[in-house]
Amino acid sequence: MSLWEYANPKKFMDLSGRLMPWLSWLTAGFVAVGLIWGFFFTPDDYRQGSTVKIIYLHVPSALMAINTWLMMLVASLIWLVRRHNVSALAARAAAPVGVAMTLIALATGAIWGKPMWGTYWAWDPRLTSFLILFLFYLGYMALWAAIEDRDTAADLTSVLCIVGSVFAVLSRYAVNFWNQGLHQGTSVPVATGNRSVDDVFFIPLVIAMVGFGLLFVTLLLLRTRTEIRLERLKALERRERLA
Amino acid sequence: MKALLIRDIRLAMRAGGGFGLALGFFLIVAVLVPFAVGPHGDLLSAIGPGVLWVGAMLACLLSLDRIFQLDFEDGSLALLATSPIPAEAMVMAKATAHWLTTGLPLVALSPVLAVFFNAAPGAYLWLPVSLLIGTPALSMIGAFGAALTVGLKRGGLLLSLLVLPLYVPTLIFGAELARRGAEGAAVQTPLLLLTGISLASFAALPFAAGLVLRVNLR
Repeated sequence: MSLWEYANPKKFMDLSGRLMPWLSWLTAGFVAVGLIWGFFFTPDDYRQGSTVKIIYLHVPSALMAINTWLMMLVASLIWLVRRHNVSALAARAAAPVGVAMTLIALATGAIWGKPMWGTYWAWDPRLTSFLILFLFYLGYMALWAAIEDRDTAADLTSVLCIVGSVFAVLSRYAVNFWNQGLHQGTSVPVATGNRSVDDVFFIPLVIAMVGFGLLFVTLLLLRTRTEIRLERLKALERRERLA
Repeated sequence: MKALLIRDIRLAMRAGGGFGLALGFFLIVAVLVPFAVGPHGDLLSAIGPGVLWVGAMLACLLSLDRIFQLDFEDGSLALLATSPIPAEAMVMAKATAHWLTTGLPLVALSPVLAVFFNAAPGAYLWLPVSLLIGTPALSMIGAFGAALTVGLKRGGLLLSLLVLPLYVPTLIFGAELARRGAEGAAVQTPLLLLTGISLASFAALPFAAGLVLRVNLR
């Protein structure tokens, strides 16, 4: 019994089919609790007023926008090394979710930025690197869409994803070059260990972050299942034509 | 590999519409920008290095499909793939040929175009230097993009969508180097980083491009 067993589409479909309802409800629960708690049951910030509440959408979606690309990178590597079909399909299925998360992060950031920074957009390192990430997602999806043959497309997009990751990281540090920018540092203690946010805001934020993580997993499973079914449909159609 | 390099350079120079076209495009872009923003000397000298860098980047981009597409269409790419030189070396030779026929002329032309932009004295040295160091990276990254899209019927637009995000770091450091050089500020950091990008591209990307070419030719 190992993880690789689920590289078999049949086993993957069985397991994900059983998990889907549970995951969906869990996701709905976490997102609803996180967002409702965040929006309606937290006090306003003493300087930012109620605009601070956009953080419950902004931070989780930004988190998932980056992690989706990371997941695509891992899936691409697995496809190139072990050639598991589910892996390639999962990478393809993840890209639109990642684009949506990137757009949500950019849009909520702009909406918050107008009253707080006085501008929707600034060429700040974090903002710029998210825009570049968005462009990478677009290129990745366009390449998938342009190639007919599934295996070729999976190979090419995997290489693009790996090379793109290197250049995305490079761009991230290249834009640092201009200045430190407007965007504040992290409020979430991952690397620094000290937290600038009070528990009142932090607990719903963590719940919302978990919720968005679950949302990503749910959407990913759902979309991968769709992709597998599409492949089966194509195989059936091919057989029909040959018969 | 040398024979392939010489063949590609010869093809680029003799076949119409390759060699001079990128240069002409670069010239046109450089001339059009002052028309668009107006003839204000200060403004032009401020944006000059950046605009010329974008122009050089676009000129590179437009000539990328020449790297593999023609050879793919007439079948010589398949022949080259069965030849004893590995695909990685082929990519290296072709990217070098592309740089020699596109990047290098752009470098030579850039001080002339800097005149149009009312450039500061430092720009006449540092703009060509930044292009000289940066355009090899543009050619190599472009060769990777061209290898990705070689089998596609209408790959042109897709190619730009794939390649332009990859050009971002090179553009940032290149334009920064040219700008700092023009203003007489310290140039060491962007100079080293830009050199690093070019060298790393030539060291690593042939493998990715070779892999992709083999996938596209199977």
